[in-house]
Amino acid sequence: MTLAQHDSFPPRVLVTKIGFDGHDRGSRIVASFLRDAGMEVIYTPPWQEISQVVRLALEEDVDVVGVSSLSTDHLLMPKLMKALDEAGLGHVKVVVGGIVPDEDEALLMDAGVSKVFHPGVGREEIVGGVAEYAAQARQLRSEELVT
Amino acid sequence: MTATGAEAASAGSSLVERVRAGELAAIARLLTELERLSPAAPKLIAEIAPFLGRAQVVGFTGPPGAGKSTLVNAYIGALRAAGKTVGVIAVDPSSPISGGALLGDRVRMNDHTDDDGVFIRSLASRGHVGGLTPAAVRMIDAFDAAGKDVVILETVGAGQSEIDVAQVADIRIVLNAPGLGDDIQAMKSGILDIADILVVNKADLAGADKTFSQLASAVALSSVKANTPVLKTVATKGEGIAELVAEVNAVAEGRSETAETRRRKRARRLLAWAAADLIEAQVRDRSDPRIDALCDNILNGRSSPEEAAKALFEAT
Ligand SMILES: Nc1nc2c(ncn2[C@@H]2O[C@H](COP(=O)(O)OP(=O)(O)OP(=O)(O)O)[C@@H](O)[C@H]2O)c(=O)[nH]1
Ligand SMILES: [Mg+2]
Repeated sequence: MTLAQHDSFPPRVLVTKIGFDGHDRGSRIVASFLRDAGMEVIYTPPWQEISQVVRLALEEDVDVVGVSSLSTDHLLMPKLMKALDEAGLGHVKVVVGGIVPDEDEALLMDAGVSKVFHPGVGREEIVGGVAEYAAQARQLRSEELVT
Repeated sequence: MTATGAEAASAGSSLVERVRAGELAAIARLLTELERLSPAAPKLIAEIAPFLGRAQVVGFTGPPGAGKSTLVNAYIGALRAAGKTVGVIAVDPSSPISGGALLGDRVRMNDHTDDDGVFIRSLASRGHVGGLTPAAVRMIDAFDAAGKDVVILETVGAGQSEIDVAQVADIRIVLNAPGLGDDIQAMKSGILDIADILVVNKADLAGADKTFSQLASAVALSSVKANTPVLKTVATKGEGIAELVAEVNAVAEGRSETAETRRRKRARRLLAWAAADLIEAQVRDRSDPRIDALCDNILNGRSSPEEAAKALFEAT
């Protein structure tokens, strides 16, 4: 098996929701168009705890975690970023989709979130962004040595 | 063990040593390396070899929506109550058009996300008709090496693919549910022959009794498998799970094969699949006068396709 084949596996993306908001229509739509773009999407129910998202990302060995946020759930993101890092998942890229006020966006980016997709962003842009972050995550991951 | 075991990643331990120590991140990595048959895979496979053959592999298969994931969720609960550790490989189909996959089995297995004794990995079938890629077989070994007592394999199946899953699981549970189509189909597709245990899930729904009695009478009429147990479950309420556990244990106790024999059988299965793929491609695409001659024989009725295939196989 060549290295090229090894790298050609589809991006793996966890699509999830944290916090109290249970409206998962948006995340379902995103999940299905990422699938249609050739990605392997792990889908979860809403209301995941931070620790559960970390656990899911770890068990599923995903490249990207996509968190959908409609209310103020995105304020939990710095906590999630820290928890991922502590679990040794620093290579995993995180994106947020939903309604995030500008002042909060700065907070999220500071915490290490790769991108915030605001309402109205086209699916092409989301697919392109996620694919690129997935490639970056894979690259970082492959630099960890398997001994 | 910590929640993720990240701290255990001490410098100097190899990946397999970390897996043996139960570090979740290491198990995740081993699963991925074996799934993708990465450049590191052969070395890893050699390293885990001494630790294999302990885990019991239980396959759950059946038509889409029969309640496989929900039943697995309940079954995991029973195993955990008995103190057993569990690895799950949940296979969902890849889209033949985009190659992508929506892996949603975990939605119904959410009870166990926080439990360190349960490790769930979703797997896309990636075009394997069987819904079960050879990767799944290598991943069984990864969980076995990690010391999981039970490895559960969930695959969607109708017909042939159910038969495929059967070849790699030690204990084969085939689900059905009322309202999922013609029950005669179930018999035609050969699931009766491969199932160790038949389950009619959604026993709370109308029509369950009919599905149950049709299956039970088909089993009774079967010449080879007349003793196959048929159970009713309501996976959403955990009903019938204790009976299912008892039947699995009974089947397991009746087996005398060693773990090594089971592993060799799995390897032979993989070889058979790979050989079938290879032969199919060759017979379909290769320009070869011998193949043309055998085709002529089929077309003019001088030999059956089976006879021609046998002649071809014996000639090579
Ligand atoms: N009434 C009833 N519904 C059930 C039962 N078990 C599962 N379901 C429901 O059936 C639906 C499908 O359940 P899943 O567990 O996802 O079925 P599955 O066979 O894993 O489906 P796929 O993986 O998509 O093939 C869900 O809405 C479950 O809640 C049951 O015993 N009774
Ligand atoms: Mg399922």
